[in-house]
Amino acid sequence: MLDIVVIFLLVSGLVFFTGGAVGILRLPDFYTRLHPAGKMDTLGSLLMVLAVALFNLHDFTWMQLITSLKIVLVVLFIFVLSPTATHAIVDAGVRAGLKPWTKKKE
Amino acid sequence: MSDVFLYTGLYLCLLMVASLYRAVFGPTVLDRLIGVNAIGSKTVILLLLIGLIYERVDMFVDIALAYALLNFIAVLAASRYFQKKKGLYEEPP
Amino acid sequence: MELHTQIDSAHRPTREASASGAFRSRGSSRGLFPRILTFSILFCLWLVLSGQYDSFHITLGVISCAIVVIFSGDLLFPGAQIGGLIRLGFRLTAYVPWLLYQILLANFHILYVVLHPKMMDLIDPSIIRFQSMLKDELPLVIFANSITLTPGTITVYVSVDGEFQVHSIDKASGEPLPGEMEARIVKAFKED
Repeated sequence: MLDIVVIFLLVSGLVFFTGGAVGILRLPDFYTRLHPAGKMDTLGSLLMVLAVALFNLHDFTWMQLITSLKIVLVVLFIFVLSPTATHAIVDAGVRAGLKPWTKKKE
Repeated sequence: MSDVFLYTGLYLCLLMVASLYRAVFGPTVLDRLIGVNAIGSKTVILLLLIGLIYERVDMFVDIALAYALLNFIAVLAASRYFQKKKGLYEEPP
Repeated sequence: MELHTQIDSAHRPTREASASGAFRSRGSSRGLFPRILTFSILFCLWLVLSGQYDSFHITLGVISCAIVVIFSGDLLFPGAQIGGLIRLGFRLTAYVPWLLYQILLANFHILYVVLHPKMMDLIDPSIIRFQSMLKDELPLVIFANSITLTPGTITVYVSVDGEFQVHSIDKASGEPLPGEMEARIVKAFKED
């Protein structure tokens, strides 16, 4: 039962990571590339790290609980740091004067 | 169950190669930074999976935590550094 | 170019606001409660991260947490009161599940856009501006990070008095801003 939940979380996290990588490759310019890079990596990390934390608890001891708490701490850090890093990159782009790509009206 | 983690890690490595394309051939410096950031956030997960495969999660989670913070600081410092340089970013016509 | 002048002019009020905030916290009750709260948060973090519970390591933790609190104690919660902070914590906890649901919706939307074969027809990037009614720094930061995490939008620039510039990936995802998310944050930070 636990294995099924863990595998489901891992696969859905991998789906989001795949979407992020494909988006980074396909989208036309710098600002739009930040959308998949900033969002999907965050949610993919959340799902996969939760899977690891759950699997780590399959034989329950005190040390395993502490380790799982640390793993959840990784998620907490990612959720605060990933938008901040995205914002730092976008701020650098604006200050350097990059023009956003817009659809051609012809 | 260990095989599942092994193949998941291999697939993550494949995705990192895909992000590496953007980091190598990106037209501007900041595109490369996006690629590096994506690789770093996948590396954190990969470290945890390696910990599960070798059954030493308690050791690898510390490395993953330190790597997440280090990746964030690297991206922040690089973006703060490159925003001073004007004219680096003219995209090729 | 005009962004630069905007940013430079926006820096001065920040410094004045933070200076007045520090003055206020020093005036009321010597800032003892924020220091205790900071110490307990730091010490819980130490206990989780260290994982060794003999007296030597715990003493080391107490000493290092005390040093950090002495030097930068009122950095984390400037000028906070006990009741308001606890109620604020509960309301923010109620805000998080809604945010997670929105993040899930946002990711499915972006996944659909990215994997669609005719992606170039679906996206229509634009930059939209609006004025937020949030005033303090912490709500503005939470709001900006929430915008970055949810449907197809990234915060490009925030000024201290709540003027936002948001890059949205298509027309539909930029429409509902500020909308419900701002209303929820205003509700979470009200009356304290």
